Amino acid sequence: MLEGAGVLRLDTCCKSYRVGAFGSNEVAAVRNVSFEVQPGEVVALVGESGSGKSTIGKMILRLLRVTEGTISYDGTDIATLEHQALKRYYADVQGVFQDPFSSYNPIFKADRVFTMLRAAYFPEARDDEWRAKVERALEAVSLNADDVLNKYPHQLSGGQLQRLLIARALLLDIRLLVADEIISMLDASTRIDVLNLLGDLKARGLAILFITHDLSLANYISDTTMILRRGEIVEIGSTPLVYGNPTHSYTRALMASVPQLHRSWDEAEAALAATSPAHVSGENGARLVEVEDEHLVAPERL
Amino acid sequence: MSLRVDGLTVYYQSLRGDVKAVDGATFDVADGEIMGLAGESGCGKSTLGKGLIRLDARMRYVGGRVELDGHELPIADDARMNQYRLKEVSLIPQYALSALNPTRKIGRMATDLLHARGVDPHTVLPELRRRLQLVGLSEDVLDRYPMELSGGMKQRVVMVLSSVLDPSLLIADEVTSALDVSTQKAVARLLVEFRDRGFVKSIIVITHDLSVLAQIADTVMVMYAGKLAEKASTHAIVGAPQHPYTSMLLAALPEVGVRFADRRLAGIPGRPPSLLNPPAGCRFRERCPFAEARCAHEPPFVEVGPGQQAACWKVPAC
Repeated sequence: MLEGAGVLRLDTCCKSYRVGAFGSNEVAAVRNVSFEVQPGEVVALVGESGSGKSTIGKMILRLLRVTEGTISYDGTDIATLEHQALKRYYADVQGVFQDPFSSYNPIFKADRVFTMLRAAYFPEARDDEWRAKVERALEAVSLNADDVLNKYPHQLSGGQLQRLLIARALLLDIRLLVADEIISMLDASTRIDVLNLLGDLKARGLAILFITHDLSLANYISDTTMILRRGEIVEIGSTPLVYGNPTHSYTRALMASVPQLHRSWDEAEAALAATSPAHVSGENGARLVEVEDEHLVAPERL
Repeated sequence: MSLRVDGLTVYYQSLRGDVKAVDGATFDVADGEIMGLAGESGCGKSTLGKGLIRLDARMRYVGGRVELDGHELPIADDARMNQYRLKEVSLIPQYALSALNPTRKIGRMATDLLHARGVDPHTVLPELRRRLQLVGLSEDVLDRYPMELSGGMKQRVVMVLSSVLDPSLLIADEVTSALDVSTQKAVARLLVEFRDRGFVKSIIVITHDLSVLAQIADTVMVMYAGKLAEKASTHAIVGAPQHPYTSMLLAALPEVGVRFADRRLAGIPGRPPSLLNPPAGCRFRERCPFAEARCAHEPPFVEVGPGQQAACWKVPAC
């Protein structure tokens, strides 16, 4: 089968940890997760703490190894990548994480993240070329070079630091961004700016894996939504369908718990109780069952 | 009137000068009122909450009066405040769940806390056990270490502990942040239940999350850069905000159903001013689309409607 360029594919990925004395117990953090991210697609990975959503992000970035299953990018299993091939992979796939303040070394100026990238990937670039490139990347994330270059991390706001990290990823011309809770630490007014930025980057063809616990943020930005519970996908589908017709009992309970401005929790619960979800049978042992086009749900386990 | 704050001003001392974190806050909280205190990080909301119970070493009382149930609270006097803490005013500090001493069992912490306030723990323990059960915890948690409890359980323990002496005012600083949505809902609802059962008379809920306040608060007060911007019933804040800052803050919230592809929400351009040297006049005017010449003078925080106060020249006083 021929794979499209720049497609990330997870195929029944599992991650388990050995815990306890001499690793006597095994804890499964991620169980049989399969999905794809196409170029220009924003896929939201939504789950509560401990659902394994960050683990999936780290496995894609090869910060963690998969225990079972494969992650392939451009048709190549990323576990096999080494040296130059791995470096090329990182030129395509980068991650940005939750806390912008701890992503920087406070002793050095914030733009050191650019300098380090230059040393690794663009050692031949001339100063003026590099400067122009940095400015273009900063412009793409709506930052003004004079405001942010040559400053220490504490002199910049959380939103600026987070955007600098995205700009750093853009310098590499990446094709997939793993964004792990990148706006949870930001204020409401800055949050939406970073989200809009992701939307603009997507329009230019960047694929984004948007990892979050916040259902409304995922709804705003994503094309595809996955709901993760205890390491397993319980519902996956196109975002309007998952939000418009939540089917798994866990998804429905989550949706009813989201605090909203114009709808009280009581109303949400009443609405939830008034409708009954489509019955999803798991008789043939399928992990996910299609309830409608582009909308798959895991059978309920009693 | 349960709490009456008049011109409360609290600064932080820093090497570069005073950080004017709370500047002339004047407001009331009625008996039985759950008041939400909202604003972006660094707007002074936590400082205001802490200022009502304990000023830490970096904080300096500059002026203002705080009255609780008709008694003036000696907030500038750390020692004299002791008789009010936990009994009359109680605070659930930010990150309380990670501040529990990891080497002490919950029960030991509870007795230590009560001893420190001069209360005989034996008189309170039965009630403490009853309330732990009420919030869905077994009394065994008293024999557990904090690391044995989940985030939601710890937050519940902290809430029960801080309200066990039935204080008149409970200040809950970001108690619903850092929790999953289902736990967040349970914890937020507990606050309402504590009020309904009379464990506390009124509550100030400090959070940056306006949608949680929309669920549980009776009134919402919005702060911006150390100043009060607006206070009104939750219904009015959510439905008819008067201050431009409140409106813009609400407009920047992506709600379920709003999608980037259909409607692009706008953030608030710019950043809050430094509180070391805040600009004269309205502190929001740099970022405000309606700013005009008179905004160089500070707008007073006045009544603009029934039960609604705002500090903006654009909003006609009534």
